[in-house]
Amino acid sequence: MTTVYDDLSDAEAGDVPVNRIKFTINGKKKIAEVEPRLLLSHLIRRGLGLTGTHMGCDTTNCGACTVLVDGRAIKSCTMLAVQVDGHEITTVEGLASASELHPLQEGFKEEHGLQCGFCTPGMMLAAKQLLAENPSPTEEDIRWALSGNLCRCTGYQNIVKSVLWAADKLRTQSVDSTEAGG
Amino acid sequence: MSQALDEIKIGGLGASRRRVEDNRFIRGTGNYTDDITLPGMLHMEILRSPLAHARIKSIDATKAWEVPGVHLVLTGEMMATRNLAWMPTLSYDTQAVLATDKVRFQGQEVACVIADDPYIAKDACELIDVEYEPLPAIVNPTQALAADAPVIRDDKENQPDNVIYNWEVGDREGTDRAFEQADKISRLQLHYPRSHPSPIECCGSIADFNRSTSKLTVYMTSQAPHIIRAAVALVAEIPEHMIRIISPDIGGGFGNKVPVYPGYVCSILASILLERPVKWIEDKSGNLISTGFARDVYLDGEMALREDGKILAVRMRTDADHGAFFADAQPSKFKIGLMHSTFAAYDVPVGHIMARGTYTNKAPGGVAYRCSFRVTEAMFFQERMMHAAAIDLGMDQAEFRRVNFVRDDDFPHRTPFGFLTDSGQYGECLDVGLKAVGYEDFLQQKEEAKKNGRLLGLGISTMTEPLGAGNSREYDILGIKMFDSAELRVHMTGKAIVRTGAKTQGQGHETTWAQIVAHELGIPAEDIVVEEGDTDTAPFGMGTYASRSTPVAGAAVAMASRKVRAKARKLAAHLMEVSEEDVEWELGRFYVRSAPDRGVTIQECAMAAYSNMPDGMEPGLESVSYYDPPNLTWPFACYIVTVEVDPETGVWDVLNIVAVDDCGVRINPMIVEGQIMGGLTEAYAMANMQFQTYDADGNCVGANYMDYLLPTAWETPGFELHSEIMTPCPHHPIGAKGIGECAAVGGPAAFVNAVMDAIGDTGVRNVDMPLLPDRVWEAIKYRRDVSGAPPVRSDD
Repeated sequence: MTTVYDDLSDAEAGDVPVNRIKFTINGKKKIAEVEPRLLLSHLIRRGLGLTGTHMGCDTTNCGACTVLVDGRAIKSCTMLAVQVDGHEITTVEGLASASELHPLQEGFKEEHGLQCGFCTPGMMLAAKQLLAENPSPTEEDIRWALSGNLCRCTGYQNIVKSVLWAADKLRTQSVDSTEAGG
Repeated sequence: MSQALDEIKIGGLGASRRRVEDNRFIRGTGNYTDDITLPGMLHMEILRSPLAHARIKSIDATKAWEVPGVHLVLTGEMMATRNLAWMPTLSYDTQAVLATDKVRFQGQEVACVIADDPYIAKDACELIDVEYEPLPAIVNPTQALAADAPVIRDDKENQPDNVIYNWEVGDREGTDRAFEQADKISRLQLHYPRSHPSPIECCGSIADFNRSTSKLTVYMTSQAPHIIRAAVALVAEIPEHMIRIISPDIGGGFGNKVPVYPGYVCSILASILLERPVKWIEDKSGNLISTGFARDVYLDGEMALREDGKILAVRMRTDADHGAFFADAQPSKFKIGLMHSTFAAYDVPVGHIMARGTYTNKAPGGVAYRCSFRVTEAMFFQERMMHAAAIDLGMDQAEFRRVNFVRDDDFPHRTPFGFLTDSGQYGECLDVGLKAVGYEDFLQQKEEAKKNGRLLGLGISTMTEPLGAGNSREYDILGIKMFDSAELRVHMTGKAIVRTGAKTQGQGHETTWAQIVAHELGIPAEDIVVEEGDTDTAPFGMGTYASRSTPVAGAAVAMASRKVRAKARKLAAHLMEVSEEDVEWELGRFYVRSAPDRGVTIQECAMAAYSNMPDGMEPGLESVSYYDPPNLTWPFACYIVTVEVDPETGVWDVLNIVAVDDCGVRINPMIVEGQIMGGLTEAYAMANMQFQTYDADGNCVGANYMDYLLPTAWETPGFELHSEIMTPCPHHPIGAKGIGECAAVGGPAAFVNAVMDAIGDTGVRNVDMPLLPDRVWEAIKYRRDVSGAPPVRSDD
């Protein structure tokens, strides 16, 4: 429960322990009042209305709810909202800039790395952490980095290709910007 | 001089067009059921039974009602006063919505709470006090059929035991005669384990009953929204035109989202009672232990063989464990689905199948999990039997199949159980597969490796399967015939909208249907929008499962396009001032036969339909097509897997997977390949790790993703796909056949045959799936068959 919800009845509000937290999500600073037991995934989906973060299993297995906290991919269904106090969150909605898709988004579309789309946001964010740490991953690196994210549609082969596509584009971009800058 | 359109450039047939739906999914702006929030919406949670079989002595919900924020607590007793404690299943049985007398499986719905917030609803569920009197639990057909077995369905009149049906098909006497003449008889017994389709998104619904209009709108995770509308009209006695079912984006279905579940019904009743929107979103355990499972069939069969390898007859007996309610989603005429499509790829003169269904204290379902109604079990048994029979005959695996294949010039071919297959190049597909895997070389490597104590194996699975129910003569669900529909509306500027009775769940209909229209009319695919899943706007259809979208709804899209083209031809004749007989068509354009330079585009015809139609012609340019296919489509597949088994641990690794799929004309090759890879992964999952079982008390093992193992990117092998062989479907308007399920249906046997081949020297005939290391180890160590039938052993 947080104050962001529609239906909190006033009569009982006094009985509910509330924590006030400050955090940044997709570059925007926020303050929220949350019940200590509120899951981060619920704060993101219901409190902030960012429904691109999906919930699949509730047990940290499927990875559909993966977001970045301070750049690290975590599963938001088993992190408490109060734990992000003072931290920075990135969700799928924060991947693209105003006019441009992130190369991972382009890669997933280009290489048919998604079908039903439910696991896709989590896959892309787990891949984002990988590419930040390892700009030239092998297929094996990618398979290992994504092994906490389940997909039932694609069989992963095209997801691996999508991440390789994005890595390639990111490397090209960084060379281009170095050349432009230098 | 006009330039003929390039069909690939406009995104027509054969274009690997990038998917339209991806634009929202990659941005996180899809619209799944749980993403929808309506003003004043309440939240529902379900209390489930912890026991598999127990009498309910009492339910006390007093404390739950007292929790602040709780609006309603529903129990079976309250449902019964509205005649909603039970509902019909898709197989003419009944299923408890909320339990009244007994609970009959672990996870059964007992009560539900509707509150301001899902956290409150969950808290309140925990305060409901249910007193149970435990009864013995039955977890397999043998227990169910025992003379002293408790009757699970004592709610039903005329149900003295746990048998649901006895059904048979084929020619018993003819089969017996053929067996008398056999040189050799091969026998195989196995259990196809219970599995769960387990899409990552669970089931859910938001029911929104509006008192002022009397209209009920339900947003829900349904693969078949029109069937749901019909079911709600019949069960809830709400007039059909006052029900609107909307399936928004669906996070995977695989058959799990076809049936009607108690949660849907409870959310609807709660919304009617409270006059507010009520959202129910299942958690993963709820999904795994209560919604549509698949398989769980015991198969026992024999094959009569001639010394030269010719199959003379097949005989099968199947025992299906249906759980507590017979809730299979399947055509009503066939009690064990299309099990009798088995051996369709082979020239088998005669056969006989006896099928029996039993109730047990397990979750109800029997859904077609990436499968056309038990075709998976049929093809698995077929290909495991082929493997065993080839060994019994001392014949090469590939050669034995080749000897018995239906030949290219034998079509149409009547299968031993009455299906009519119509096309294929079976031998050619096998050739492609053998060449790709390097068959002869591998057999040599296998012998070499054996000298060093290494176990290599190769498994083949070849099959054709019936995809795309109906026709309507033979296929219906609850009496509703299995056809499908499409509606095409071309706007005045030549842009268009297509709606169908199917419902995409990842298959990419929004991309593919536009390609069919582009092929038929020459309108660029990007000018066509596709909508599905809203029963107020989409034409009536039976939905998407059993690989029926392209065979049926896709055909309807082509036929609707042709109706539009026929009218556009009249408009073209009018515009060019010639008679209709003088008008010729090329992609996107009509022209005068004698003067090909004189022509009008389809877009010009569209404009004329609204601005310059001939006298007497009805304005507008749109059409509806209800397509009733003359036959099923019969894709063929050859899957070959090579493995290495570690003799010390029983662990096996995949070396290579080759898939040769002949699914006729491919509308979007990229999407088709995506479907094949998805199916192969599920095949690997079933062979390697994915299953549900039960202990002796009826506790479900596999109730969450820590116990119910799904392969990740790390375990999943790579795939080599081949599309060299293409045999168009002779009756489908664009020659396409179904493909979504082929690899999940035909694939498992290739993996199992490969492992059985690797440990062939042990003489073991069968290890039940999944081929867990301990099972394979046991087979190697003790040289005995290994059964995986529940109850799971206590030392596991």
